[in-house]
Amino acid sequence: MPDRPAIWNFLLGRLSLSSLPLHNSIVVGTFIVVSIGALGVLSLITYYRKWGYLWSEWFTSVDHKKLGIMYMVLATVMLFRGFADAIMMRSQQAIAFGSNMGYLPPHHYDQVFSAHGVAMIFFVAMAYIVGLMNFAMPMQIGARDVAFPFLNNLSFWLTVSGVVLFMTSLFVGDFSHAGWLGMPPVSELKQSPGPGVDYYIWGLQLSGVGTLLTGINFVVTILKMRAPGMSLMKMPMFTWTSLCTSGLIVVAFPILTATLFLLSLDRYIGTHFFTNGFGGNVMMYVNLIWIWGHPEVYILILPLFGVYSEIVSTFSGKRLFGYSSMVYATAAIMLLSYLVWLHHFFTMGSGADVNSFFALTTMLISIPTGVKIFNWLFTMYRGRVRFDVPMLWTMGFLFTFTIGGMSGVMLSVAPADFLLHNSLFLIAHFHNVIIGGVVFGVFAGINYWFPKAFGFRLDAFWGKVSFWFWQIGFWVAFAPLYVLGLMGVTRRLSHFEDPSLQIWFIIAAFGAFLILLGILAFVVQIYVSIRRRDELAVGNDPWDGRTLEWSTSSPPPPYNFAFIPKVHEREAWDDMKKHGYQRPLEGFNDIHMPKSTSTGVVIGVLATVFGFAMVWYIWWLAILTFVALIGTAIWHTFNYDREGYVKANEVGEFEQHIGNWEPKAQGATS
Amino acid sequence: MNSIAIDKAPSEPQDFLCLEEGHPHNGTLLGFWLYLMSDCFIFASLFACNAVLGTSYAGGPSAHDVLDLPGLAVNTALLLVSSVTFGFAMLEVSRQRKRAMLVWLGISGLLAAMFVGLEIHEFVGMIAEGAGPDRSAFLSSFFTLVGTHGLHVSLGIVWLIVLMFQLGKYGLNEANIRRLRCLSMFWHFLDLVWIGVFSYVYLVGVLR
Amino acid sequence: MNHPSNAAHAHDDAMHEHTGSLRGYLTGFVLAAILTIIPFWLVMGHVIESHQTTILIVLALAAVQIVVHMIYFLHLDTRSENGWNMLAVIFTAVLVVIVLGASIWVMYNENANMMPMSPQYQHHRLGS
Repeated sequence: MPDRPAIWNFLLGRLSLSSLPLHNSIVVGTFIVVSIGALGVLSLITYYRKWGYLWSEWFTSVDHKKLGIMYMVLATVMLFRGFADAIMMRSQQAIAFGSNMGYLPPHHYDQVFSAHGVAMIFFVAMAYIVGLMNFAMPMQIGARDVAFPFLNNLSFWLTVSGVVLFMTSLFVGDFSHAGWLGMPPVSELKQSPGPGVDYYIWGLQLSGVGTLLTGINFVVTILKMRAPGMSLMKMPMFTWTSLCTSGLIVVAFPILTATLFLLSLDRYIGTHFFTNGFGGNVMMYVNLIWIWGHPEVYILILPLFGVYSEIVSTFSGKRLFGYSSMVYATAAIMLLSYLVWLHHFFTMGSGADVNSFFALTTMLISIPTGVKIFNWLFTMYRGRVRFDVPMLWTMGFLFTFTIGGMSGVMLSVAPADFLLHNSLFLIAHFHNVIIGGVVFGVFAGINYWFPKAFGFRLDAFWGKVSFWFWQIGFWVAFAPLYVLGLMGVTRRLSHFEDPSLQIWFIIAAFGAFLILLGILAFVVQIYVSIRRRDELAVGNDPWDGRTLEWSTSSPPPPYNFAFIPKVHEREAWDDMKKHGYQRPLEGFNDIHMPKSTSTGVVIGVLATVFGFAMVWYIWWLAILTFVALIGTAIWHTFNYDREGYVKANEVGEFEQHIGNWEPKAQGATS
Repeated sequence: MNSIAIDKAPSEPQDFLCLEEGHPHNGTLLGFWLYLMSDCFIFASLFACNAVLGTSYAGGPSAHDVLDLPGLAVNTALLLVSSVTFGFAMLEVSRQRKRAMLVWLGISGLLAAMFVGLEIHEFVGMIAEGAGPDRSAFLSSFFTLVGTHGLHVSLGIVWLIVLMFQLGKYGLNEANIRRLRCLSMFWHFLDLVWIGVFSYVYLVGVLR
Repeated sequence: MNHPSNAAHAHDDAMHEHTGSLRGYLTGFVLAAILTIIPFWLVMGHVIESHQTTILIVLALAAVQIVVHMIYFLHLDTRSENGWNMLAVIFTAVLVVIVLGASIWVMYNENANMMPMSPQYQHHRLGS
């Protein structure tokens, strides 16, 4: 606690003016830039009087499509943040040799790599996959919304709470320097007395609860709300992978919650779970966090496997090859992903029998993944493949991810891991699979579903520019890390002595710069596409799609389908088109829809303040907001009137309007 | 129906739309069940910690020294009886007897409150003897596991009070019955977790 | 609620689920009571000399009692929610066993290999 009158310590906890990192010119500069940007956005919204629109149409909306789009925007903003950290690390490592200490002191560098990992995994990759699932999955199963629309909104705002706490750590206090998993003993109170690890804990706890609720929500949605006739084995592949990912979220995220809870008990009330003294066991934290951590990487990749499946079959104009083997492979990965976690700490002394078991399971899990790769290749075989931008990203994925997977099999050999553990080889491996698998898949998915969400395509030229910069930049940035890793260079170092290594780091930094151009090209792609939206406007089914989301309007009406589809075949929309389906223009019914609610926003704000109060030991505020959280939840249960109707005549107006508008739009593309 | 679904006259006429609005399936009970499954993993992590750290006494008191088995027997009985009385309340729901249901719910809540009271008493006693959660890893895991269960029970009691008020005011409507069924699952689930706590943490704990 | 057919149907969903019977709850209560009293008696009365055996019996009885609670109190059967409840329980049980079993296995080995000074692992070192 700071040295000052007790009343201040009561009111502000350990927060004081010295918590603001005014001495650090990099942070102050960032703060100024971010503040100017934020002020700009806020004043633009105010100038165009969009606050009411944003509040009633977006923030309080329970529409899965709008929530999906908000997740995508959130993830993209956080991608900039995470990438800023990446480019700082790459430039530091490129110059910090010998007497040159670079521009980031170790204390700051450690925070940068911790923040990079946290931002990229939790707030970029997770937000992207939840966004994609939110947007596409309910339409693919012919549903009007998810099973629990309010929970969906709440999940989003809890994720935002986590993001806000995480971003606050940049400007008030500091962030954890214990790595993206907050490993003790470094994350224990003795080694990290500051607020950094507490920001980490509460940021992840809040967004983790949001993710768990999403998982439950989606499982119930897929199990309960499929259109009549859509049996499990008739579901689109993306829906299958969403189901398996959501199932994994339900069984994995509670373990993260529990583990971070135990760490916070160690830090707040002095228990001894992971301390060095009093019988605590540091390795128990490592064990628990990886029981969550390994399923987590499959949580990230599975939905993208679904995206690739949809894209490959759509752009090859063929049914997906080996649909059932794909389903079984996904289910096998779901179970096996829970049996491999120890390969993250082969070197920690478990002994030969334990290591052999987990090495074998790790090798086993590559088999169903291999099955999938072959299925995609065979789907393309003898197809008339159209190389539009989504397909381009998919080809990049097949090439990049396969190599990343093979370096993973190398790491699964426990004796080899004794050389490669914690080296830059490992860094290269997981960026190889996460960028090559998750990021490429997200961009493929954005390019694929964007016309469905907004009614116009993304510009193809800038899409290709973005793809090639990412693809080439990735290899220039990470191939040197494979080399360095094999030479024995370990991760998380801010300074090197051996000058012969420097050239590799300079090449890697150049690669990161190419990726930066890829990200900028993506921003330009969005901007150019919005400017040229009239030229790029498309009909409801621009890619000749095969699944139900392409049967409704682009953008879809709030109720998705004026009539719930009846499903006969696996690729339902393809089946409908083959039978000459025509969209009806009359005979509509009243449609039952959930109402918007502001409770999600309120709980999100309270949760953020609660987290902030816990980080800074402002106990009165923590108690107050906690009670308010419970109170808000109870108050919400007194609202029994949560649904309303879209009247048949409104539905008819919308459907007929789209009907009038459609021929013009299709004319623009032909 | 025909005029809408078929235009180009396919070989076999198929209809692709449900022209009537269907009945939505309510997923709340399944969703709550999945939440309970996820809660199993919170408890699994805490049990795993107790299994690994349960003999790390760090020179402090052992399980045999501090755990009170007669008190445990009373607590276990309270929770089991409260589980059964909650079941009786659910039977009254099927018979649409609101008053009887509220009485059984009240009894269940009181029993659970006594359970929490006894547990707090046990905790306070242990802390007073110097066997608090910061004494050793064993005690950390003991307090956390038993405390997390107790916290669940306390939240269940708060939920029960709110729901009893809503049942009294708005009656046995569809939404309230659904909530009551969720709470009943929660109630029985907590009793089920308690089986693990008294068997493993206490009974096995004193023998380890 | 303001749409009669919907409300009626959702009402059916909630009501037609198996709610148990007086007989079921009493059977469950008696079985659970027996399965609780036996382990307390075994431990508090020091009935069996070997701690190992007592521990195994206590754990086995706990497992049986968990099943009893599932059947008689939580009304778990293969029909509720089209079998999804049962599938979720099986999936959870398998993974919980993995979490508990493998954690104990892994941590025991790490302690035995890396913490040879701890008294509780001395016998392992000598024995191997």
